[in-house]
Amino acid sequence: MSANPLIKKSNNALGEDGFLQVQSVSKKFGSDTVVSDLNLSIRRQEFFALLGSSGCGKSTLLRIMAGLERPTQGRILLDGQDITDVPAHERPVNMMFQSYALFPHMNVTANIAYGLKREGRAKSEITERVAEVLDLVQMHSHARHMPAQLSGGQQQRVALARSLVKQPKLLLLDEPMSALDKQIRQKTQFELGSILYKVGVTCVMVTHDQEEAMTMADRLAVMSEGRIVQIGSPEQVYETPSTQFAAEFIGSTNVFAGVLSDRRGQVVCADFEAPLDLGEMEQGAKIGQALRVSVRPERIRMQLAAPDIKAPPVNAALGTVAQIGYMGSYTLFYVTLVSGRTLVVNVPREVMMGFERAPDYDDTVLVQWSSRSMVRLA
Amino acid sequence: MSNAFTARSWIPGPRALAIGVPFVFLLLFFMLPFLLVLKISLAQSAMTVPPYLPLWAFENGKPVWLWTLDNYLTIFGDDIYLSAYINSVRVAFFTTLICLLIGYPTAWLIAHAKPLARNLLLMGIVLPFWTSYLVRVYSWIGILKDQGLANSLLLYLGWIDAPLRLMQNTLGLYIGMVYSYLPYMILPLCAFLMKMDPRLPEAARDLGAKPWEVFFTVTLPLSLPGITAGSLLVFIPCVGEYVIPELLGSADDLMIGRVMWSDFFNSIDWPLAAAATGLMVALLLLPMAWFQRLQNRGGIAL
Repeated sequence: MSANPLIKKSNNALGEDGFLQVQSVSKKFGSDTVVSDLNLSIRRQEFFALLGSSGCGKSTLLRIMAGLERPTQGRILLDGQDITDVPAHERPVNMMFQSYALFPHMNVTANIAYGLKREGRAKSEITERVAEVLDLVQMHSHARHMPAQLSGGQQQRVALARSLVKQPKLLLLDEPMSALDKQIRQKTQFELGSILYKVGVTCVMVTHDQEEAMTMADRLAVMSEGRIVQIGSPEQVYETPSTQFAAEFIGSTNVFAGVLSDRRGQVVCADFEAPLDLGEMEQGAKIGQALRVSVRPERIRMQLAAPDIKAPPVNAALGTVAQIGYMGSYTLFYVTLVSGRTLVVNVPREVMMGFERAPDYDDTVLVQWSSRSMVRLA
Repeated sequence: MSNAFTARSWIPGPRALAIGVPFVFLLLFFMLPFLLVLKISLAQSAMTVPPYLPLWAFENGKPVWLWTLDNYLTIFGDDIYLSAYINSVRVAFFTTLICLLIGYPTAWLIAHAKPLARNLLLMGIVLPFWTSYLVRVYSWIGILKDQGLANSLLLYLGWIDAPLRLMQNTLGLYIGMVYSYLPYMILPLCAFLMKMDPRLPEAARDLGAKPWEVFFTVTLPLSLPGITAGSLLVFIPCVGEYVIPELLGSADDLMIGRVMWSDFFNSIDWPLAAAATGLMVALLLLPMAWFQRLQNRGGIAL
């Protein structure tokens, strides 16, 4: 993943830890536990993403932060102040809603001025501050338009302006890209990111799109069934996923389940011919213990196998190409092994260009990887 | 797709049908009868069958005009019509207002209830339509009369010493009117409140609006089309209402429906009744057209 220098702040540049604290928060709807004893600490000026599939509790957690939902248990602290019992309209927290929730009966200016009017600001101040954020999101020329007259991207910028104009301590973003076409999403991600970087506001974003989370966030938390599965920088979570869920949710991967054999550091899997050599990762594991390891598709090397070739003794196997997906900058191969399982292999364009003959359907290929390419999962 | 329709343009497309069918229906069953009424309103009353003269006749091969504006002049010249019109509009206005005040909170509660409760409540609103409207108004007599249910209960509870006069006065009139027309207010309001994006009031709250501010700046303005629809559905039939004032109201609350009825059946003066009808429709069309204009300008439109 390429990092955007505009968005990514080095960890030193971030403010103190614990700016936003979620302390053992639970939320139950009837007998359904949607958020389960969740703890989270977010730094000042950090851009944090809650990532998970629908129903994992990420949106409920966001609504609890906004004050639109009361936690069944636990506390929320913002900038040292306990805001658990502060109603939504008194919190220094603003939210950019999914599909933006712009007031359809007010024009752009009135939408943005709404929050300031509720604070009882003077007219001149409201005019000035609305003009300021309109400049920030470059929507000055649309100040008199009604929301229905704006494109999706323009609506998003108005929604952003509306949620920033009160200068909240915490900005919440609920699926900010979900209402946009795929083609303009990436461009918008960078635009939105650079505006938020300029403002320097602490952000918590909810998304189900791992790419979005990885492009925009300093840190992210992968959520499942109301709990945080893994938390860390996009690089950390991608390179060293702690669980199968995290590994499979962030990018795609090949997971092997096996048992540590009596030969040093080798895992024997039922559906993989050769043993997997864990190298240094075996530390702490006992002989006979069940283990799971993950290998990212791009860490697997693939080549056409000569008729008489024998696979190396570890971390390698022979298979046939079952499916090919050309993705432009890389090509995805689905390789069926002798054991019957299928591996996903990602071959970068440069490697494809280097092949004398590109592997085709039903070709026999050799796949292999180094011990360092594997990650042990919990 | 559109080629398929333009190529064989002699077959009406779905769009033309969607507009055309109700258009033809209204033409046949509203516009033509109304034109007949207008025609009768220009005729002279007579002891014939039907009890009016044609608009023209031929005498010695020459057409003779028999039409007259007398009926309209009579109405403008007679105070009873003016006061009945004013009274009708007043009763309709206050009925609409009371229906709105009761109906809005009710619709809001229904729209925000859990799905099962919402369906039960909606059914409760629609259920009275299964019984004849006339029967329901009559049954109010049983409740409101001096020895009726309401008075018996109040006497039994010891809250009153003598029966209260609950009908054949303005109170009875409004009880009957509000009872009968309340569903027409609640149902469109419910529809609008249910389809409102729940994130809009939340966004208002998030931006610092207190609960009452959320209501007056977001919920209420966005439900204006529902309020307009409900109010028109109540106001228009209320103006011409005949049965309820007759059964539950007093003779002092003379409404235009009653006047038309007596012109029609007591005096057997069809042309006069028809003129009163024509004027009533004009009276109703004006505020409706004004509302429509207001909405089309985008002031209230969604």
